[in-house]
Amino acid sequence: MPEPELASTAAGSDAGAAAAGPVPAVASVWSGSTLRELFSYPITGPLFALVVIVLVFSLTTSTFLNAGNLSLILQQSVVVGTLALGQTLVILVSGIDLANGAIMVLATVVIGSYAAHGDPVTALLLGLVVCVAAASLNGLAVTRFRLPPFIATLGMFTILTAAARLYSQSRSFPINSDLITVLGTGPSIGTITITYGSMLWIVLTIVLGYALTQSAWGVRVYAIGNSPIAARLNGINVNAMIFGVYGLAGVFYAFGAWQALGRTPIADPSGYQIANLDSITAVVIGGTSLFGGRGGVAGTFVGALIVVVLKNGLTQAGIDSLYQQIATGFLVMLAVGVDQFLGRGRRA
Amino acid sequence: MTQDQSARIPVMQAVGLKKHYGHVVALDDADFELAQGEILAVVGDNGAGKSTLIKALTGAVIPDEGDVYLDGRKVHFKSPLNARLAGIETVYQELAVATQLNIAQNLYLGREVRKSGIAGTVFRQLDKKLMRNQAAEHMRNLGIRIQSINQKVETLSGGQRQAVAVARAAAWGRKVVVLDEPTAALGVRETGQVLDLIRRVKDQGLSVILISHSMPDVFAIADRIHIHRLGHRAAVVSPKSTSRSDVVAVMTGALEPEAVQSALIAPPRAA
Repeated sequence: MPEPELASTAAGSDAGAAAAGPVPAVASVWSGSTLRELFSYPITGPLFALVVIVLVFSLTTSTFLNAGNLSLILQQSVVVGTLALGQTLVILVSGIDLANGAIMVLATVVIGSYAAHGDPVTALLLGLVVCVAAASLNGLAVTRFRLPPFIATLGMFTILTAAARLYSQSRSFPINSDLITVLGTGPSIGTITITYGSMLWIVLTIVLGYALTQSAWGVRVYAIGNSPIAARLNGINVNAMIFGVYGLAGVFYAFGAWQALGRTPIADPSGYQIANLDSITAVVIGGTSLFGGRGGVAGTFVGALIVVVLKNGLTQAGIDSLYQQIATGFLVMLAVGVDQFLGRGRRA
Repeated sequence: MTQDQSARIPVMQAVGLKKHYGHVVALDDADFELAQGEILAVVGDNGAGKSTLIKALTGAVIPDEGDVYLDGRKVHFKSPLNARLAGIETVYQELAVATQLNIAQNLYLGREVRKSGIAGTVFRQLDKKLMRNQAAEHMRNLGIRIQSINQKVETLSGGQRQAVAVARAAAWGRKVVVLDEPTAALGVRETGQVLDLIRRVKDQGLSVILISHSMPDVFAIADRIHIHRLGHRAAVVSPKSTSRSDVVAVMTGALEPEAVQSALIAPPRAA
């Protein structure tokens, strides 16, 4: 019986050059498909962008490139960065969470109001419960009630923003507990301070990255975002997984709340109003696809740094914060545009 | 009917299946038999009830009446999962592969293997090396040539993707592999490759149910042909003794089923 030659009809419909045997190396290095491959590896693009931005600010300002400012950038990144870890999970399963900032703010208010009279450990645990419960409601709306994630979480965003203000009667709660603000502190050498919050962010990124790349759960998260039908036909309980992913994202929002109170020891119901957009920006700039099933937390880590470096650097350069927002907006559109370009043909 | 054929016990059999959807009768007293180690093609016009029949056999639909037997024992599949646990794997028409995962990950999707020891039990770490090696060996055994088991499925052609889906079914199906229109989206050359692959699946000792609209495919690889019409089995014929035009004629009702030579194994039920 002749060998079926499935290999010889390789690699898609367009530009089979990359796959077809010995091509002169020089010619193939910058061919369209090689370039495409390089930038489709989730972290290369964002890392490249980060290096460019850092170089530009280092050359154009005198205050950007010093150890003190760099450690400050890390500190400024932790809240958005931690929220973005949860956001990454949700986006990987083709969802989106517009409510994560509001969930976090509600948690800070609950923690702050409880800690004013009660035990700080209980206060933090209450914050965790609030975050997981609210995030699970998102999950319930998306899976059980089949609402589009955008609409479901937009609704939750509005509801929880108002709820936080009603609950607190629009008051802020100063935090006096060392435990609750501990993440804003840490060892320093001269002008450099590496806060416990920065360390926590790095550890959380590593743990989640491990789970996504080394466990069966991680493979299934990608499979669900990539093709829910294929996942279901392979016996994966897609709805249960998605519900779990939203709930787990809530755990990261709780860490975000703790980080936020470490950064600023006041629980303010009107704070962090665009943290949801910032977290989405970090995820998308970090190379995770809004189509789902592609990307990862290493990219998100870099993405969060890019968002903050851009703000920090433009401030150092003396540029109005409104221009910073315009720059961030362009960056998001660029990142989504690249994603669309790479996404073409993958959805066939 | 030869002596040899009548001695075989069907690996899968169904008797008197009925299924109604409101006033629509999708299965009307349908019978079915699949011999051990054969490729049985199931053909029929659109709306003849082929897919309901297959769904009833694989647990995706629970028939109103009738019995399904696997290796002579009555089974009651409540879901596709039941059927899979019993050794029946189905390759669905929509390409059921995750394109962002690599070939090994697709073969093991939903059945991932963890490392032994603490790495697996406490840290839940996957044994990627073991899965890669076994997947590569399995692909080799089926004669599917690929560049690397680590290739993302999105880099594969349509025929290769279908080959991955078939290979996965063959890897996990212990008794029966069901293929729903496996060549519908493929060109001539890739169709030939997938048909070769189906023969190899059979050579591994599995029984294959092939649902197809393509008479050339059916006549190229089927051992027997189950012709479905108006919700039940009109006839089972051998491609050796029945012509392509006669099969189509029975399928469309232009020819009475009695006019073609039957290739049934079990004696027909008394009406």
